[in-house]
Amino acid sequence: MDVAGLLAVAFAAGMLGGIVGVGGGILFVPALVVFMDLTQLEAEATSLVAVVAVGAVGAWRQHGYGNLRPRDALAVGLLSPVGVAIGVVAANEMPERTLELLFAALSLYFAAGLARRALRGPEQPSPARPPL
Amino acid sequence: MTGSDPLSEPRLGGLTPLARLAAIGTLAGVFSALFGVGGGTVIVPLLVLWLGYGDREATGTSLAAIVLIALLGAAGHGAFGNVELAKGLLIAPPAVAGVIAGTALQQRVPERAVSAVFALLLAASATVLVF
Repeated sequence: MDVAGLLAVAFAAGMLGGIVGVGGGILFVPALVVFMDLTQLEAEATSLVAVVAVGAVGAWRQHGYGNLRPRDALAVGLLSPVGVAIGVVAANEMPERTLELLFAALSLYFAAGLARRALRGPEQPSPARPPL
Repeated sequence: MTGSDPLSEPRLGGLTPLARLAAIGTLAGVFSALFGVGGGTVIVPLLVLWLGYGDREATGTSLAAIVLIALLGAAGHGAFGNVELAKGLLIAPPAVAGVIAGTALQQRVPERAVSAVFALLLAASATVLVF
Protein backbone atom coordinates (compact mmCIF):
# COMPACT_ATOMS: atom_id res chain seq x y z
CA MET A 1 0.00 0.00 0.00
CA ASP A 2 1.30 3.41 -0.94
CA VAL A 3 -1.25 6.06 -0.09
CA ALA A 4 0.91 9.02 -1.19
CA GLY A 5 1.42 7.49 -4.65
CA LEU A 6 -2.28 6.77 -4.94
CA LEU A 7 -3.26 10.31 -3.99
CA ALA A 8 -0.72 11.82 -6.40
CA VAL A 9 -2.01 9.78 -9.33
CA ALA A 10 -5.60 10.55 -8.31
CA PHE A 11 -4.77 14.26 -8.52
CA ALA A 12 -3.20 13.76 -11.97
CA ALA A 13 -6.23 11.74 -13.07
CA GLY A 14 -8.53 14.55 -12.03
CA MET A 15 -6.43 17.01 -14.03
CA LEU A 16 -6.66 14.79 -17.07
CA GLY A 17 -10.42 14.65 -16.52
CA GLY A 18 -10.72 18.40 -16.30
CA ILE A 19 -8.61 19.03 -19.38
CA VAL A 20 -9.74 16.26 -21.71
CA GLY A 21 -13.28 15.86 -20.38
CA VAL A 22 -13.14 12.26 -19.21
CA GLY A 23 -13.74 10.75 -15.78
CA GLY A 24 -10.13 9.86 -15.00
CA GLY A 25 -10.77 6.13 -14.68
CA ILE A 26 -8.02 5.34 -17.16
CA LEU A 27 -5.56 6.43 -14.44
CA PHE A 28 -7.56 5.48 -11.30
CA VAL A 29 -7.59 1.83 -12.31
CA PRO A 30 -3.83 1.27 -12.70
CA ALA A 31 -3.20 3.41 -9.59
CA LEU A 32 -5.49 1.16 -7.52
CA VAL A 33 -3.81 -1.95 -8.93
CA VAL A 34 -0.27 -0.69 -8.33
CA PHE A 35 -0.62 1.21 -5.05
CA MET A 36 -3.48 -0.64 -3.32
CA ASP A 37 -2.86 -4.18 -4.56
CA LEU A 38 -6.42 -4.51 -5.85
CA THR A 39 -7.21 -6.99 -8.60
CA GLN A 40 -8.02 -5.56 -12.02
CA LEU A 41 -11.74 -6.22 -11.47
CA GLU A 42 -11.78 -4.66 -7.98
CA ALA A 43 -9.81 -1.66 -9.24
CA GLU A 44 -12.26 -1.07 -12.11
CA ALA A 45 -15.28 -1.32 -9.83
CA THR A 46 -13.70 0.96 -7.21
CA SER A 47 -12.58 3.48 -9.84
CA LEU A 48 -16.21 4.14 -10.73
CA VAL A 49 -16.85 5.65 -7.28
CA ALA A 50 -14.22 8.33 -7.93
CA VAL A 51 -15.41 8.80 -11.52
CA VAL A 52 -18.81 9.86 -10.16
CA ALA A 53 -17.12 12.64 -8.15
CA VAL A 54 -14.93 13.80 -11.05
CA GLY A 55 -17.88 13.80 -13.44
CA ALA A 56 -20.05 15.79 -11.04
CA VAL A 57 -17.47 18.51 -10.41
CA GLY A 58 -16.38 18.61 -14.06
CA ALA A 59 -19.98 18.93 -15.23
CA TRP A 60 -20.62 21.69 -12.72
CA ARG A 61 -17.60 23.65 -13.98
CA GLN A 62 -18.53 23.12 -17.64
CA HIS A 63 -22.13 24.10 -16.90
CA GLY A 64 -20.77 27.44 -15.68
CA TYR A 65 -19.19 27.95 -19.10
CA GLY A 66 -22.45 27.09 -20.84
CA ASN A 67 -21.04 23.86 -22.26
CA LEU A 68 -23.69 21.47 -21.04
CA ARG A 69 -27.02 20.31 -22.48
CA PRO A 70 -28.71 18.87 -19.38
CA ARG A 71 -31.57 17.07 -21.15
CA ASP A 72 -29.28 15.19 -23.51
CA ALA A 73 -26.92 14.31 -20.66
CA LEU A 74 -29.86 12.99 -18.65
CA ALA A 75 -31.09 10.98 -21.63
CA VAL A 76 -27.69 9.35 -22.22
CA GLY A 77 -27.37 8.51 -18.51
CA LEU A 78 -30.91 7.22 -18.02
CA LEU A 79 -30.78 5.12 -21.19
CA SER A 80 -27.50 3.44 -20.23
CA PRO A 81 -28.61 0.67 -17.78
CA VAL A 82 -28.79 -2.13 -20.37
CA GLY A 83 -25.25 -1.37 -21.48
CA VAL A 84 -24.05 -1.05 -17.90
CA ALA A 85 -25.55 -4.43 -17.00
CA ILE A 86 -23.82 -6.06 -19.99
CA GLY A 87 -20.53 -4.45 -19.00
CA VAL A 88 -20.75 -5.49 -15.35
CA VAL A 89 -21.55 -9.11 -16.20
CA ALA A 90 -18.88 -9.27 -18.92
CA ALA A 91 -16.22 -7.89 -16.54
CA ASN A 92 -17.15 -10.48 -13.90
CA GLU A 93 -17.22 -13.39 -16.33
CA MET A 94 -13.99 -12.53 -18.10
CA PRO A 95 -10.65 -14.02 -17.00
CA GLU A 96 -8.66 -11.45 -15.03
CA ARG A 97 -5.79 -11.59 -17.51
CA THR A 98 -8.07 -10.81 -20.47
CA LEU A 99 -9.44 -7.82 -18.61
CA GLU A 100 -5.90 -6.60 -17.89
CA LEU A 101 -4.82 -6.91 -21.51
CA LEU A 102 -7.97 -5.20 -22.81
CA PHE A 103 -7.45 -2.38 -20.36
CA ALA A 104 -3.79 -2.02 -21.38
CA ALA A 105 -4.89 -1.84 -25.02
CA LEU A 106 -7.39 0.87 -24.11
CA SER A 107 -4.64 2.83 -22.31
CA LEU A 108 -2.42 2.68 -25.38
CA TYR A 109 -5.29 3.77 -27.63
CA PHE A 110 -5.89 6.71 -25.32
CA ALA A 111 -2.15 7.49 -25.19
CA ALA A 112 -2.00 7.47 -29.00
CA GLY A 113 -4.90 9.93 -29.16
CA LEU A 114 -3.15 12.27 -26.74
CA ALA A 115 0.15 11.91 -28.59
CA ARG A 116 -1.60 12.91 -31.82
CA ARG A 117 -2.95 15.97 -30.04
CA ALA A 118 0.54 16.81 -28.75
CA LEU A 119 2.14 16.47 -32.16
CA ARG A 120 -0.51 18.45 -33.97
CA GLY A 121 0.71 21.93 -34.85
CA PRO A 122 -0.37 24.83 -32.61
CA GLU A 123 -3.94 25.95 -33.17
CA GLN A 124 -4.34 26.25 -36.90
CA PRO A 125 -7.72 26.28 -38.58
CA SER A 126 -7.70 22.48 -38.61
CA PRO A 127 -7.52 21.15 -42.18
CA ALA A 128 -10.54 18.84 -42.41
CA ARG A 129 -10.64 16.87 -39.17
CA PRO A 130 -9.85 13.21 -39.87
CA PRO A 131 -12.80 10.88 -39.27
CA LEU A 132 -12.60 9.01 -35.97
CA MET B 1 -15.89 25.47 -32.71
CA THR B 2 -18.53 25.80 -30.04
CA GLY B 3 -22.25 25.46 -30.53
CA SER B 4 -23.93 23.54 -33.28
CA ASP B 5 -26.23 24.30 -36.13
CA PRO B 6 -29.30 22.10 -35.97
CA LEU B 7 -29.62 22.27 -39.75
CA SER B 8 -26.20 20.69 -40.19
CA GLU B 9 -26.88 17.73 -37.91
CA PRO B 10 -25.89 14.57 -39.70
CA ARG B 11 -28.65 12.21 -40.75
CA LEU B 12 -28.13 8.79 -39.31
CA GLY B 13 -30.37 6.38 -41.17
CA GLY B 14 -33.45 8.28 -39.98
CA LEU B 15 -32.78 7.57 -36.30
CA THR B 16 -34.40 10.14 -34.05
CA PRO B 17 -32.13 12.11 -31.74
CA LEU B 18 -33.52 10.19 -28.76
CA ALA B 19 -32.64 6.86 -30.39
CA ARG B 20 -29.13 8.16 -30.99
CA LEU B 21 -28.81 9.24 -27.36
CA ALA B 22 -30.02 5.78 -26.31
CA ALA B 23 -27.41 4.13 -28.52
CA ILE B 24 -24.70 6.37 -27.05
CA GLY B 25 -25.88 5.60 -23.50
CA THR B 26 -25.86 1.86 -24.14
CA LEU B 27 -22.41 1.81 -25.76
CA ALA B 28 -20.97 4.06 -23.06
CA GLY B 29 -22.58 1.88 -20.37
CA VAL B 30 -20.89 -1.29 -21.64
CA PHE B 31 -17.58 0.51 -21.98
CA SER B 32 -17.80 2.16 -18.56
CA ALA B 33 -18.76 -0.92 -16.57
CA LEU B 34 -16.31 -3.18 -18.42
CA PHE B 35 -13.30 -0.90 -17.92
CA GLY B 36 -14.08 1.11 -14.80
CA VAL B 37 -13.93 4.39 -16.69
CA GLY B 38 -16.59 7.02 -17.28
CA GLY B 39 -17.19 6.38 -20.94
CA GLY B 40 -16.30 9.87 -22.13
CA THR B 41 -14.03 8.31 -24.75
CA VAL B 42 -17.18 6.94 -26.37
CA ILE B 43 -19.64 9.73 -25.59
CA VAL B 44 -17.68 12.79 -26.76
CA PRO B 45 -16.92 11.68 -30.35
CA LEU B 46 -20.42 10.24 -30.81
CA LEU B 47 -22.14 13.44 -29.67
CA VAL B 48 -20.00 15.29 -32.21
CA LEU B 49 -20.59 12.81 -35.05
CA TRP B 50 -24.22 11.83 -34.46
CA LEU B 51 -25.72 14.96 -32.94
CA GLY B 52 -23.61 17.73 -34.40
CA TYR B 53 -22.21 18.87 -31.04
CA GLY B 54 -19.27 21.25 -30.78
CA ASP B 55 -16.21 19.89 -28.94
CA ARG B 56 -16.68 21.84 -25.71
CA GLU B 57 -20.41 21.17 -25.50
CA ALA B 58 -19.74 17.47 -26.05
CA THR B 59 -17.19 17.47 -23.23
CA GLY B 60 -19.50 19.16 -20.72
CA THR B 61 -22.52 17.06 -21.60
CA SER B 62 -20.42 13.90 -21.49
CA LEU B 63 -19.19 14.67 -17.96
CA ALA B 64 -22.77 15.03 -16.73
CA ALA B 65 -23.85 11.76 -18.38
CA ILE B 66 -20.82 10.02 -16.86
CA VAL B 67 -22.10 10.79 -13.35
CA LEU B 68 -25.20 8.66 -13.90
CA ILE B 69 -23.43 5.92 -15.85
CA ALA B 70 -20.62 5.51 -13.31
CA LEU B 71 -23.16 5.54 -10.47
CA LEU B 72 -25.07 2.68 -12.09
CA GLY B 73 -21.83 0.84 -12.81
CA ALA B 74 -20.62 1.23 -9.23
CA ALA B 75 -23.96 -0.09 -7.96
CA GLY B 76 -23.84 -3.05 -10.34
CA HIS B 77 -20.27 -3.94 -9.43
CA GLY B 78 -21.17 -3.39 -5.78
CA ALA B 79 -23.81 -6.07 -6.10
CA PHE B 80 -21.03 -8.47 -7.17
CA GLY B 81 -18.96 -7.37 -4.15
CA ASN B 82 -16.17 -5.84 -6.23
CA VAL B 83 -16.23 -2.27 -4.89
CA GLU B 84 -13.75 -1.22 -2.21
CA LEU B 85 -15.78 1.80 -1.16
CA ALA B 86 -13.25 3.27 1.30
CA LYS B 87 -10.52 3.29 -1.33
CA GLY B 88 -12.83 4.82 -3.90
CA LEU B 89 -13.74 7.57 -1.46
CA LEU B 90 -10.06 8.06 -0.62
CA ILE B 91 -9.15 9.00 -4.18
CA ALA B 92 -12.17 11.22 -4.76
CA PRO B 93 -10.92 14.38 -2.96
CA PRO B 94 -7.50 14.64 -4.68
CA ALA B 95 -9.18 13.78 -7.98
CA VAL B 96 -11.70 16.57 -7.52
CA ALA B 97 -8.87 18.98 -6.65
CA GLY B 98 -7.19 17.80 -9.87
CA VAL B 99 -10.29 18.56 -11.94
CA ILE B 100 -10.44 22.09 -10.60
CA ALA B 101 -6.70 22.57 -11.17
CA GLY B 102 -7.00 21.04 -14.63
CA THR B 103 -9.80 23.31 -15.80
CA ALA B 104 -7.91 26.35 -14.48
CA LEU B 105 -4.65 25.16 -16.03
CA GLN B 106 -6.37 24.58 -19.36
CA GLN B 107 -6.48 28.36 -19.82
CA ARG B 108 -2.73 28.87 -19.22
CA VAL B 109 -0.70 25.86 -20.32
CA PRO B 110 -0.26 24.76 -23.94
CA GLU B 111 -2.63 21.85 -24.59
CA ARG B 112 0.12 20.05 -26.53
CA ALA B 113 2.48 19.90 -23.57
CA VAL B 114 -0.24 18.56 -21.28
CA SER B 115 -1.27 15.96 -23.86
CA ALA B 116 2.33 14.79 -24.27
CA VAL B 117 2.80 14.29 -20.52
CA PHE B 118 -0.39 12.26 -20.18
CA ALA B 119 0.39 10.20 -23.29
CA LEU B 120 3.66 9.11 -21.64
CA LEU B 121 1.94 8.42 -18.30
CA LEU B 122 -0.65 6.18 -19.97
CA ALA B 123 1.93 4.31 -22.03
CA ALA B 124 3.80 3.64 -18.78
CA SER B 125 0.69 2.43 -16.96
CA ALA B 126 -0.19 0.10 -19.85
CA THR B 127 3.29 -1.39 -19.63
CA VAL B 128 2.91 -1.97 -15.88
CA LEU B 129 -0.42 -3.74 -16.39
CA VAL B 130 0.91 -6.07 -19.07
CA PHE B 131 4.07 -7.10 -17.19
